[in-house]
Amino acid sequence: MGDPRVRPPGAPPGGGAASPAPWLEAILAAAPGQVERLEPCYGIESLRVAPTALLAVADSIREAGFTMCLDVGGVDYLPRQPRFEVVYHFLALQGDGRPEQPRRLQLRVPVPEEAPEVPSIAHLWPSANWAEREVYDLFGIRFTGHPDLRRILMPDDWEGHPLRKDYPLRGPRDRAAATLPQGEQFDFLQARRPQPLAHARGGWRPDPGAGGSEAEGRDGHDGAGA
Amino acid sequence: MEVTNEPFLVTRLDQFARWAQKSSLWPLTFGLACCAIEMMNMVSPRYDAARFGAEVFRASPRQADLLIVSGRLSHKMVPVIRQIYAQMPEPKWVVAMGACASSGGIFDNYAIVQGVDQVIPVDVYVPGCPPTPDAVLHAVLRLQEEIVQGDPQAGVIRRHG
Repeated sequence: MGDPRVRPPGAPPGGGAASPAPWLEAILAAAPGQVERLEPCYGIESLRVAPTALLAVADSIREAGFTMCLDVGGVDYLPRQPRFEVVYHFLALQGDGRPEQPRRLQLRVPVPEEAPEVPSIAHLWPSANWAEREVYDLFGIRFTGHPDLRRILMPDDWEGHPLRKDYPLRGPRDRAAATLPQGEQFDFLQARRPQPLAHARGGWRPDPGAGGSEAEGRDGHDGAGA
Repeated sequence: MEVTNEPFLVTRLDQFARWAQKSSLWPLTFGLACCAIEMMNMVSPRYDAARFGAEVFRASPRQADLLIVSGRLSHKMVPVIRQIYAQMPEPKWVVAMGACASSGGIFDNYAIVQGVDQVIPVDVYVPGCPPTPDAVLHAVLRLQEEIVQGDPQAGVIRRHG
């Protein structure tokens, strides 16, 4: 055996060995039949796990020394079924001794469109808390058992999940444009606020002939209590 | 009234107030995006906004009378900028710096307000992506012209009395 970092001829690209390492075998055994070993992705072992088996597999991943959950991401493969995939990346800092470098693991969980639900792993890796909120916010995938599943990037009263492939690029403006008469422009802020904004249309400067009436029209500027 | 030999100047109170306002604009330290880097340059030795009395960036809206919106405004930021603007004492002015603040710029999407003038009144628009510090200085000078010659109520949202 030479340098373990050099890929022997015939081995799969990225350093993934043909037979799973002992730590990987333990993870595969955690939910037999529900974990599929994929082609290593840029040298990172990759597993596909059914949502029902995620918690059991996550426990074994944690036991295998993966102390960090680097990120939780979502993917929308729109025409495909199951439509979504939640992708986790884990890191074990101490490595497994051969080669002497941190181990990484990728986990892909397919999620069907009809019931976009995945168990939360925030109790195992607290760093997954906000990452799962982001996936929920932008893809609408619910993480069951999450301690605080709220939107994190978009405003709290936002409708829809913007990173879904069927979400219109301009959001509510695009949706309303289909119903508006020709030449009319959709007023986004108007649609999102119940009270009218006098200054949003036309000039905001006081009309010289308007007397004291403009004070009412500018109440929107008080803002502090809004 | 006794006439003395002390030097004196005759002006109108209105003119004097406008001169004082334009000569000490205090911008708010409020950077939204990459334009803020150019805005910071405006007060650097190279561009020296102090020459025009607009170099005192304040970190509190209570002490600022010029809001330079330097960057794209997201919909989530709208309540924040409304509150900041409401907290600034009158008279107050707004400069929309760059393409994004003026019109949404390249961000014609769901997340970005298509121009801050949909949310707060804007006095001067600065084109550019980002505008150079010279352009922002030019906007400040234009604003000073407006303060001296324009509508005396332009910086006032509610007319008092």
